[in-house]
Amino acid sequence: MKILVCISHVPDTTSKINFTDNDTKFDTNGVQFVINPNDEFGLTRAMWFKEKQGATVHVVNVGGPETEPTLRKALAIGADEAIRVNTNPTDGFFVAKQLAAVMQDGNYDLVIAGRESIDYNGGMVPGMLASITGANFVNTCISLEVDGNNAKAIREIDGGKETLSTTLPLVIGGQKGLVEESDLRIPNMRGIMQARQKPLKVIEATSAENVTAVTGYEKPAPKGAVKMVDPENVEELVNLLHNEAKVI
Amino acid sequence: MSVLVYTESDQGKFKKIALEATSYAKGVAEMLGTTVTALSINGGDASELGTHGASKVLQVSDSKLEQFNAKAYADAIAQTAQKEEAKVVIISSSANAKFLAPLLAVQLNASYAPNVVALPEGTSPFVVKSNVFTNKAFAKAELKSDIKLIGLSKNAYGLKENPTTAATEDFSPSLNDADFSVKVESVDKVTGKATIADAEVVVSGGRGLKGPENWGMIEDLAEVLGAATACSKPVSDMGWRPHSEHVGQTGKPVASNLYIAIGISGAIQHLAGINSSKVKVVINNDPEAPFFKAADYGIVGDAFEVVPKLIEKLKEFKVNNA
Repeated sequence: MKILVCISHVPDTTSKINFTDNDTKFDTNGVQFVINPNDEFGLTRAMWFKEKQGATVHVVNVGGPETEPTLRKALAIGADEAIRVNTNPTDGFFVAKQLAAVMQDGNYDLVIAGRESIDYNGGMVPGMLASITGANFVNTCISLEVDGNNAKAIREIDGGKETLSTTLPLVIGGQKGLVEESDLRIPNMRGIMQARQKPLKVIEATSAENVTAVTGYEKPAPKGAVKMVDPENVEELVNLLHNEAKVI
Repeated sequence: MSVLVYTESDQGKFKKIALEATSYAKGVAEMLGTTVTALSINGGDASELGTHGASKVLQVSDSKLEQFNAKAYADAIAQTAQKEEAKVVIISSSANAKFLAPLLAVQLNASYAPNVVALPEGTSPFVVKSNVFTNKAFAKAELKSDIKLIGLSKNAYGLKENPTTAATEDFSPSLNDADFSVKVESVDKVTGKATIADAEVVVSGGRGLKGPENWGMIEDLAEVLGAATACSKPVSDMGWRPHSEHVGQTGKPVASNLYIAIGISGAIQHLAGINSSKVKVVINNDPEAPFFKAADYGIVGDAFEVVPKLIEKLKEFKVNNA
């Protein structure tokens, strides 16, 4: 089985979010970039397929040279090969088109992506990729097993979960549950050394149009001060929630 | 040329998010000088959609669509959009809507904006405002394709009544086998209990509760308020509570009217996930907990004393206001 894991290069979850250039660009100053957490769960599940079922695992990112350390980290975790599509990831549809070209070119059976990236939260690339390539698609996937050409997936739904069966080729939008937090791997020295020798292919972008264009960013309005309530007077909180906030 | 809204229902009743999406669609339709057509798949009473501004309801009743199937539903919505020549399609931000949206966007060749929080700033160019960076910022984006697909954030626009007489019409989309290439084998869903996605109130517990055996009072408080229960990331990582309850940047977002955090210090990732909630109450014994800075109301105190008192006072309140 050939697996492609899509790796988004995103600001660490503790990052302060600021903008520059008249609020039109994300300010990367002092920001640490990491593998998108949803993608990392997927990558770790892919390692399981590699170790237990002999799968080959490639990772891919659509982005500039600055994303290569993130791809190297994925190689250090255990992916066999990395691909970087050398272009600025301008919108979800554009990125899905790039990934579709990589997927078709490499004849991948399974593409594991994250449910959404934690920066732009679009949650659209995996589904668009599936739709463009004609692959099956399961979103918010929390469990995945593959047997030959058949796949069994569990997806999280509002208020529960759903078990699905389908066939390869398959694209999933994964999240925590594919593996547990404690299963995530920190690259060891051996992995980091090996990663330096593994291929990281840089390919040029395929032509695709942008169907959306960000015109600017805004930060939420600052919040008013917190109103403190005496722990001996809990009734006051009930009053405030009813009369002032009007939420009960 | 109407604005199309896909209205989700559960057990034959429209969800609140469906009525919110219809209210929003009416707002967009007014900006464009047109009307709202709603698509209802095995749905509820069409007059409810009329109340919120739909002047036409296309009703699909098909046993093949009894269970949600992203591809088939996307196909049905796309066919409706084509039939109605809709240039704007509105959906919600439910798990199902987010599942089908990218499939629908490709099928319609549409520009898709998820997590939209307000009416478009203008329709030419067509610019919408969305949550990004897990609620730490907003982005404004121009949707450039001929057809625009908008995923409306929950609880961002609210319900607006706009009494209209909704004409109903039956519609049968033509579905093929490929639409069902992902099959639903079983559904495991808690019924009759508020979920984080739908609840007006969410009660959430953190490490300050010391252990899973102490969740009884969280559940009691949730029951009094008709709330869903949630938890912080460490609590789900330690296995005290299921992953499905984890709210925050890598868990679920919460956009409820009221969010009550008990024994949660308020890490930046947690705050991001709950930022869209309207009113936040924090109960914590540490006056330095960062969560107080993000809260509307706070109590510094021992949760094991404060929460039982709060439950008691809320019960009294309910009796007096019944």
